[in-house]
Amino acid sequence: MTGTGVGASVRRKEDLRFITGKGNYTDDITLKDQAYGYFLRSPHAHAKIKSINTAKAGKMPGVLGIFTGDDVAKDKLGGLICGWTIHSKDGSGMKAGPHPVLALDKVRFVGDQVALVVAETKDQAKAAAAAVQVTYTVLPHVVDVAKAMKSKVQIHDVASDNRVYNWSLGDEAATAAAFKSAAHVTSMDIVNNRLIPNAMEPRAAIGAYDAGTESYTLYTTSQNPHVARLVISAFHGLAPEHKLRVIAPDVGGGFGSKIFIYGEEVACVWAAKFVGRPIKWTGERSESFLSDAHGRDHVTKAELAVDSSGKITGLRVNTKAAMGAYLSTFASAVPTYLYATLLSGQYNIPNIYAEVDAIYTNTAPVDAYRGAGRPEATYVVERLVETAARELKMDPAEFRRQNFVTQFPHQTPVIMCYDTGDYGAALDKALELSDYKNFARRKAASLKNGKLRGVGFSAYIEACGIAPSAAVGSLGAGVGLWESAEVRVNAVGTIEVLTGSHSHGQGHETTFAQLVSEKLGVDINSVSIVHGDTDKVQMGMGTYGSRSGAVGMHANSKALDKIEAKAKRVAAAVMESSVDDIEFKNGTFTVKGTDKKMAFGEVALASYVGHKFNSNEIEIGLKETSFHDPANFVFPAGVHICEVEVDQDTGLTKIAAYTAVDDFGNLINPMIVEGQVQGGVAQGIGQALLEGAIYDEDSGQLLTGSFMDYNMPRAANMPHIENFKLGFTCTPCPTNPMGIKGCGEAGAIGAPPAVINAITDAIGVRDIAMPATPLTVWSAMQPMQKAAE
Amino acid sequence: MENFNYHRPATTTAAAAMLKKAKDGKYMGGGHTLLPTMKQGLAAPTDIIDLTAIKGFSGIKVSKTMVTIKAGTTHMEVASSKEVAKAIPALAEMAGKIGGVHVRHKGTIGGSVANSDPAADYPSACLGLGATIETNKRKIDADKFFTGMFETALKAGEIITAVHFPIPKKAAHFKFPNPASRYALTGVFLSQNGKGQVRVAVTGAAPKAFRATDLEAALSKDFSAKAIAGVKVSAKGLLSDMHATSAYRAHLISVLAGRAVASIA
Amino acid sequence: MPTLSVKVNGKAVKGDVEGRTLLVEFIRENLGMTGTHVGCDTSQCGACVVHVNGKAIKSCTTLALACEGAEVTTVEGLAKGTELHPMQAAFKEHHGLQCGFCTPGMIMAAIDIVQRHGKKPDEEIVRRELSGNICRCTGYHNIVKAVQAGAANM
Repeated sequence: MTGTGVGASVRRKEDLRFITGKGNYTDDITLKDQAYGYFLRSPHAHAKIKSINTAKAGKMPGVLGIFTGDDVAKDKLGGLICGWTIHSKDGSGMKAGPHPVLALDKVRFVGDQVALVVAETKDQAKAAAAAVQVTYTVLPHVVDVAKAMKSKVQIHDVASDNRVYNWSLGDEAATAAAFKSAAHVTSMDIVNNRLIPNAMEPRAAIGAYDAGTESYTLYTTSQNPHVARLVISAFHGLAPEHKLRVIAPDVGGGFGSKIFIYGEEVACVWAAKFVGRPIKWTGERSESFLSDAHGRDHVTKAELAVDSSGKITGLRVNTKAAMGAYLSTFASAVPTYLYATLLSGQYNIPNIYAEVDAIYTNTAPVDAYRGAGRPEATYVVERLVETAARELKMDPAEFRRQNFVTQFPHQTPVIMCYDTGDYGAALDKALELSDYKNFARRKAASLKNGKLRGVGFSAYIEACGIAPSAAVGSLGAGVGLWESAEVRVNAVGTIEVLTGSHSHGQGHETTFAQLVSEKLGVDINSVSIVHGDTDKVQMGMGTYGSRSGAVGMHANSKALDKIEAKAKRVAAAVMESSVDDIEFKNGTFTVKGTDKKMAFGEVALASYVGHKFNSNEIEIGLKETSFHDPANFVFPAGVHICEVEVDQDTGLTKIAAYTAVDDFGNLINPMIVEGQVQGGVAQGIGQALLEGAIYDEDSGQLLTGSFMDYNMPRAANMPHIENFKLGFTCTPCPTNPMGIKGCGEAGAIGAPPAVINAITDAIGVRDIAMPATPLTVWSAMQPMQKAAE
Repeated sequence: MENFNYHRPATTTAAAAMLKKAKDGKYMGGGHTLLPTMKQGLAAPTDIIDLTAIKGFSGIKVSKTMVTIKAGTTHMEVASSKEVAKAIPALAEMAGKIGGVHVRHKGTIGGSVANSDPAADYPSACLGLGATIETNKRKIDADKFFTGMFETALKAGEIITAVHFPIPKKAAHFKFPNPASRYALTGVFLSQNGKGQVRVAVTGAAPKAFRATDLEAALSKDFSAKAIAGVKVSAKGLLSDMHATSAYRAHLISVLAGRAVASIA
Repeated sequence: MPTLSVKVNGKAVKGDVEGRTLLVEFIRENLGMTGTHVGCDTSQCGACVVHVNGKAIKSCTTLALACEGAEVTTVEGLAKGTELHPMQAAFKEHHGLQCGFCTPGMIMAAIDIVQRHGKKPDEEIVRRELSGNICRCTGYHNIVKAVQAGAANM
């Protein structure tokens, strides 16, 4: 194939606009007569709203309108929804409290939006917001998920113990029996720290209303504009779908946080009609910290049963998962079907039982963040497995190997059926790339410099390419999880692919074009990928859960197959031969056994000119659509090995070396895949070493509310280029024609346990909390130092 | 942030007059503390008097005994000054560790010293070297200058014009940055002058930069890392927050002081 | 309202601004050049980095009026026509960007590194000197590669 087809590290087509400052992010857009919105937010973690007085603020310079929860209620605008219904063990439905677009009667976390102030300028809106007088009756609050169920605080009327659901998966009795007969049980209390996504572009929205056509337009920082349109139309009831256009232009990173429908964007587009002008809201970073959906925040009791031969026989977890103050769009699915279903890891575990309590706390909502449930599952499994190996005095690599799943397909006891994989191959390659056999030598060298060196493993598996629709529907999803593609071939042979996938850093404009280049033999520069506009792309489910390759490109591939089939019919008619005799290769149609040929562009033109075939038999034009619903999830897996060096004096931990070997099936663009792994690993290292959202128990305030206190990974936190090794193994995925899996989340899933396993190895403790900051590591070393003295 | 009148005087006299006239005026150097504070709504002055355009307000002069840095000199200028690097290498190194590159291009020594941020680096250099802070009115010993958290001996309207650092025999600066903000979680600036007098200044650990007199006493007798290994730094009065407990900060003072001494002893 | 006169990307421009107007606001709103971004409100992220009189600074923490008479260079001013600046080309060649939001600030910061450290800044220097620029996508690996490659070609 040409240098731009599948498997080539094609440089990205979208880069030019970003490196020259010509990107088009939501805040870069200015509509005619645009006004500015600012949200007044709750300063309290939990309070009743006694009154809101906007009289003074409304008279301030430039103010065009002030909107509160009462206004929203009066206009009968629906509340925010959670789109995945989970049922408790006892069969009862989940307890979803109301989630109004603007707070009504009560605020439930610091940052809850109370009023939207619209003015001529942002400064005027902000000044007027400060003049809105809100009287609160402050209520007691609870921010700690471990304490919320037993707290006297009640956040929602529907949930007296703040519990949204008590859900379980697996065979409780069989698992109990496995533990009873186990030769060894490893038991741990595991905390998965709360994270703040912090995509570099803060959320933003511009809402506009056209009174002439009675239609709305919303520009928004979304990973899935069609889902936003569906929800705002069907659930908020703002306008029917054909009267609501949602555009997600260039989006500066998402990591899950821009999947969800938030009150701010709904309020902006709703209020635009009343103000009669477009309203732009651009979140300040402080607002992102307070109001973007956070990630993780699990507290888990986890146990692993092992028999006398070192075989894992059972795994049992009891998890308390924070939901925050409201159920965000997909929050309920994260600690259930995206978490417990992955608890088998890469291992053959005959008995698994998981029980999960989802719990309200007076904090920002928690929802999917890069990996979503799978990092939490992997962290539980890989901390348990590493710890068990150490307790059994077995090499952690070999303990893993002897428990790996080796036969495929493999049905786990927790729903998932792994289609293919070769976990041993990834382990072998990772051991080799990381030079594991010489670790002892490196450890000794580090010690000479006063540094404690440790090594940690993580053998992760994830389920991504989230689908199929029937399966997720049976598990409670309110939507199907397919994807669409429309391929439009222009008369001159250039091609536009309209996709429901959304690119916000993933490079779809390149990889999707590579697939077209590969399949139709056309130059990659004659292909455009169109996405992010509901007026252009008819319907789509968007990008999250590493699904755009496996699901979105698959739809693209099917539509391209239809194009080829139609083009063959046109070519056959023009070249006066049977369609069965038409061959298509490298962009050229030929008639078998003759020298007749037509280039793809000529066939495209012929299909629109329509002179050479009977348009009653072959329709004019060359345009095809596919809605693809895959047969299964895809199952990327890999082995990550981390080496750390801990400064004995200060507890400062450095990633000395990192090796990631991943099986993503076939790679469309290795350069982009490697970039995804590097970025994912950085976020995983961030979770393990640097990042943690902390709410003050007494005040309920977010203490880590800016980059001054929330520690984002920086260049110096990452391993040096020569010490960061990437490798790939390949078992092609059998359920899509490209044989690809997903690569977007793997790093964030694999890295945290590898890092923590390395630190605990280095300093010789059984467990340490994430993030393992210098203070945490130093504190963990104190008892040992005291003992040594 | 709230709007204000912006002034850019060419002389300190004019600057002082502008401040006097303003309802609630504030001087500004690089603005990297003041502007973020104003953005957060924690300050809302009516007038900002930008000192960076004052003629002759920046520059570095090195004599046999003294490094003089004018108030408007940026951290980057100090960090990259060959003269400073030769006379007091630790001072240039310290300036090179303040904030990030973009902050160093704008932040000024005068602004940093006048602000007395408990986690800023310059106060430790002033105390650790026994500097003299010169204003448009007088000269103040560093030991008497930093009076509290964001508080100094400066009187209303007084403008720092230069800081004079006596050149020590040797000096070293070690900083353990706050992993998020990059300010000093704890920093130690330590020096020994020709007479054998030792100064150990600490920043980031307490409400204001201070001298660790126990460590100074030990090092005055024996300038070696061993001499302070046995000195227990008290955690009393030190800051405690989510990034570091007071005990950890006390420990870091020992570690950093030990490393500083070892690097030059 | 006070008037500001500056040279932006070689072109003299004038505009009415308030005392509180930040340089980034002047560039984005008055001039309509949106390549310079705002990623935080605490002067940490570096998405807003531009050059003022040749030095990389945070335009979100610089008053517009403080730039009177200055020469400002933004990411839009780097390429010569269709010919990319070597640092821009290096970011593309080495996949030093994903979502692109931090990229303009990164490129401006990278050029400043080269101006002070020459064509061969070592990895340690590059990583340390990028402490004022946050990227959430790339893990910095390819950014570091891009900066070193761009430096060599400058």
